[in-house]
Amino acid sequence: MALVTLRAPLADLAGGNRRLELPGRTVGETLGALERSWPRTRGWILDEHGAVRRHVNVFLNGERVDATASVRDTDMLHVLPSITGGI
Amino acid sequence: MPELLVGTRKGLFVLRGNGPGDFDLAVRAFAGTTVEYAMRDRRSGRYFASVTSGFYGPRLMHTMDPADGWEQADGIGFPQDDDVSLERIWVVRQGEAPEQLWAGSDPAALWESNDGGLRWTRNDALWQQRIDGDWQPGLGGLALHSICTWPGEPQNLAIAVSAAGVWLTDDGGATWRTGYAGLVPEYMPEESRADTNVLCVHNMHRAAARPQRLFMQFHGGVYRSDDAGSTWIDIREGLPTGAFGFPLVVDPANPDSAFVIPMTGAEDRTVPGGALAVYATGDAGATWTTRAQGLPPSDAYVTILRQAFDGHGQGDDMSLWFGATSGEVFGSLDAGRSWFTVAPRLAPVTSVRVA
Repeated sequence: MALVTLRAPLADLAGGNRRLELPGRTVGETLGALERSWPRTRGWILDEHGAVRRHVNVFLNGERVDATASVRDTDMLHVLPSITGGI
Repeated sequence: MPELLVGTRKGLFVLRGNGPGDFDLAVRAFAGTTVEYAMRDRRSGRYFASVTSGFYGPRLMHTMDPADGWEQADGIGFPQDDDVSLERIWVVRQGEAPEQLWAGSDPAALWESNDGGLRWTRNDALWQQRIDGDWQPGLGGLALHSICTWPGEPQNLAIAVSAAGVWLTDDGGATWRTGYAGLVPEYMPEESRADTNVLCVHNMHRAAARPQRLFMQFHGGVYRSDDAGSTWIDIREGLPTGAFGFPLVVDPANPDSAFVIPMTGAEDRTVPGGALAVYATGDAGATWTTRAQGLPPSDAYVTILRQAFDGHGQGDDMSLWFGATSGEVFGSLDAGRSWFTVAPRLAPVTSVRVA
């Protein structure tokens, strides 16, 4: 299973867990597993179409990826808000 | 004690107080996130907030205590195989049936809850009208922003969409018909006006004491309907700058009484001449009078957004409350005859509702 790292507010929605081991063959499946385990995260990272939201970045072993990227056991997945600015 | 729910670009502010100089900031929630709209269901006491995170998207949250315990409502979102995504929830409104609430979104869809607002379903009959009619968005998106219930009649509803006009149902949303007659879209070429469905309604409210009557702030002009929204009468005479604007309040007890805050036309969208003023009618729009005592008389180049004006009570003692994009919130306890500052420096205000 991949190790998924979350920050606030996502970690708060996942029961305070900043690191979770989750199953899945792709980023989308892994984040879907997050939503099933912690329903309050539903819709925060993935939109209605299963795509990673435009202003959320998912890094797989340090490389920014989309929901279709393949995931293997022992992979590291970081979910971070993008650095899009504005006020 | 009045409780004001003020949605802003930087969260929800709950203000409590009794009058001038007496309001305190009781709660701030969703810090840093846009709260498009917040209201309280007065039957259950449950609070609702439409929250749009720049990172994590839009959602409807609810709680019994605005200081804590916000949870996400279920069901407001489009199916995975639809070609659209939820952009924003514009309005939440108490229904007339027990535990019934309505919500409107961008893209323009009507949502219904019958369990007090925890779970929602889309009205598919109106959604199909959107698809068949190829509805076009206004500057703020394709927004279903106004939902007018009919007191005591849950089957009867009028909704308004920017920019797809007025839609009416008398069977609880199973079927819909337009309420276009009389509206003049001056932003269209004359030869295109008769057949267009691009009707940019900015706001619409029903006169509860005479439910056949509705008031409307249009893209240019203010209108009244005396036949439940089927046909519309132009009542802009006496208002400044072509009567462009967004905010609208109707006295629930007096169907002849309504309030608007006009703005300079679509290219500017600020208060005319920088003089902040509410305009009131007591004769169903035949005449309008300025009610500005206590409001900035000059250099107030602010915008009052469509959901940022609300009233409570009725008649001469009706309280009125509005917030500006400058972050100021103003209040009146005498139907607009005098005004005071409730909060001088919040974030840009998106909505104001009396809890």
